[in-house]
Amino acid sequence: MNRAQIKKAASCQAPLRASEIAPAGLVEAGTSVEFNTGDWRANRPKWFKEKCIHCLLCWIACPDSSILLKADKVKTSVMTGIDYGHCKGCGICAKECPVKDKAIIMEEEKK
Amino acid sequence: MIKPIYSKGKIVAKTGNEAMAEAMRQIEPDVVAAYPITPATEIVQIFSQFVSDGIVKSEYVAVESEHSAMSAAIGASAAGARAMTGTAAQGLALMWEMLYIASGLRLPIVMAEVNRALSAPINIHGDQSDTMGARDSGWIQIYSENSQEAYDNMIQAVRIAEKCMLPAMVTTDGFIISHCMEVVETYPDKDVKKFVGQYKPQRALLNTKKPYTLGSIELQDYYFEHRWQLAEAMNKAQDVVLDVAKDFAKTFGRKYGMYEKYKMDGAEIAIVVIGSTAGTAKVVIDELRKKGIKAGMIKIRVFRPFPAAMIAKDLAKVKAVAIMDRADSCAGTFAPLYTDVAAALFAHNEGKMPKMENYVYGLGGREIAPEHITAVYDKLAKIAKGKAKPSNKVEYINLRK
Ligand code: SF4
Ligand code: SF4
Repeated sequence: MNRAQIKKAASCQAPLRASEIAPAGLVEAGTSVEFNTGDWRANRPKWFKEKCIHCLLCWIACPDSSILLKADKVKTSVMTGIDYGHCKGCGICAKECPVKDKAIIMEEEKK
Repeated sequence: MIKPIYSKGKIVAKTGNEAMAEAMRQIEPDVVAAYPITPATEIVQIFSQFVSDGIVKSEYVAVESEHSAMSAAIGASAAGARAMTGTAAQGLALMWEMLYIASGLRLPIVMAEVNRALSAPINIHGDQSDTMGARDSGWIQIYSENSQEAYDNMIQAVRIAEKCMLPAMVTTDGFIISHCMEVVETYPDKDVKKFVGQYKPQRALLNTKKPYTLGSIELQDYYFEHRWQLAEAMNKAQDVVLDVAKDFAKTFGRKYGMYEKYKMDGAEIAIVVIGSTAGTAKVVIDELRKKGIKAGMIKIRVFRPFPAAMIAKDLAKVKAVAIMDRADSCAGTFAPLYTDVAAALFAHNEGKMPKMENYVYGLGGREIAPEHITAVYDKLAKIAKGKAKPSNKVEYINLRK
């Protein structure tokens, strides 16, 4: 499936036909962006910008690539937040954060 | 003196295993992953010698089990390699879950399979229980009557598999074909390589410029559609088998189809059989024909996809037919081949059926001699004349009850 198809499929509105999909369940790279995996989260990571030292350990550890980065003025990556569309709330980022007074803590998700 | 059919062909003496290994040498796949098992050991053993002698450039992966062999072949094939393996009986059984993954991922792996009885009791001799068990796995199944067919089928299987994006197994009967020395005509390397062609996969995981995910999860939403695609591809494979056979006949002179019809013109009684027993049956049929008995045979070459409509047409005018199974289905209504033939006849001939019988024979390599086949025809002749009734259950040949 390509990105547009994944978007259509993930919306569950109009399921694709066998004739429309690639054989063997082949899925194009990068399509998971269109697949919202954040909606079944029970716990939610909360990030404190002012405490963050931008070590990016959370970014390395996050299994769902949900730590958002950008390049700062000197082209070094800095953390800018959490992608709640894909974060599944596993808490690995909070556990790994080396700052004593954690820059990420887990809270209960309120729907 | 036996003369080659192909102008550049060479007449040699080879066992079934040697013939299959020779085909593999000429095909020279990118990767062969295999684990030895009697009676298929020689195929991959001879091939591994080709690799270590530098005769082929193939990568040989000596794995620790058949499960790993199929897994490695799957990985290689998904990466974009032409991958092959070989096995028999318990080895095929150990590959089980991976067989379905190979077909589900639509990987054109080609397997040289030697039909052998499944344990227990442990037995190394020929019957078709192993591959009959894999009949619903989404693999193309091509059976061989002799070493020549094994060689020819291997060469054709590569093209069929790659065109259909389906895995294919080519089989021979354990020991009867795998270990018996026969006259085989081989073709020059160059001509075989040209016939097989280069493998150009539609997509390959090693092509990092166009990355994709293979083997992702699909639940109630898409699994069904992909399994249907697989069944559909198997149905369409029949045309590919016939196309490749046509080109093979044009190139090398030997004709193949979904099955072979032997003396079916005007036949009143017939048997349907798979594999080496067809050779024995031909002798019996020739004798019967000399006596004026209108006996014929259908020898199945491709069991999957099953040529249902064609067989129904060819058996429509026969009065009585015996389906010979070299595998039992342990209290299924009948054994596997019978079930398919009966369903084909019922579905395609508006309910008009010849009288039918089902015989299970040769399990664990038990002998099937001309007199056993003659006895089957004798019974069929009686049934055709209305002097006997066909049995409504599986009958066993050469068994001490
Ligand atoms: S909770 Fe888990 S998924 Fe969410 S950002 Fe942290 S590590 Fe990633
Ligand atoms: S691990 Fe903690 S300190 Fe390091 S980047 Fe992530 S939130 Fe900031």
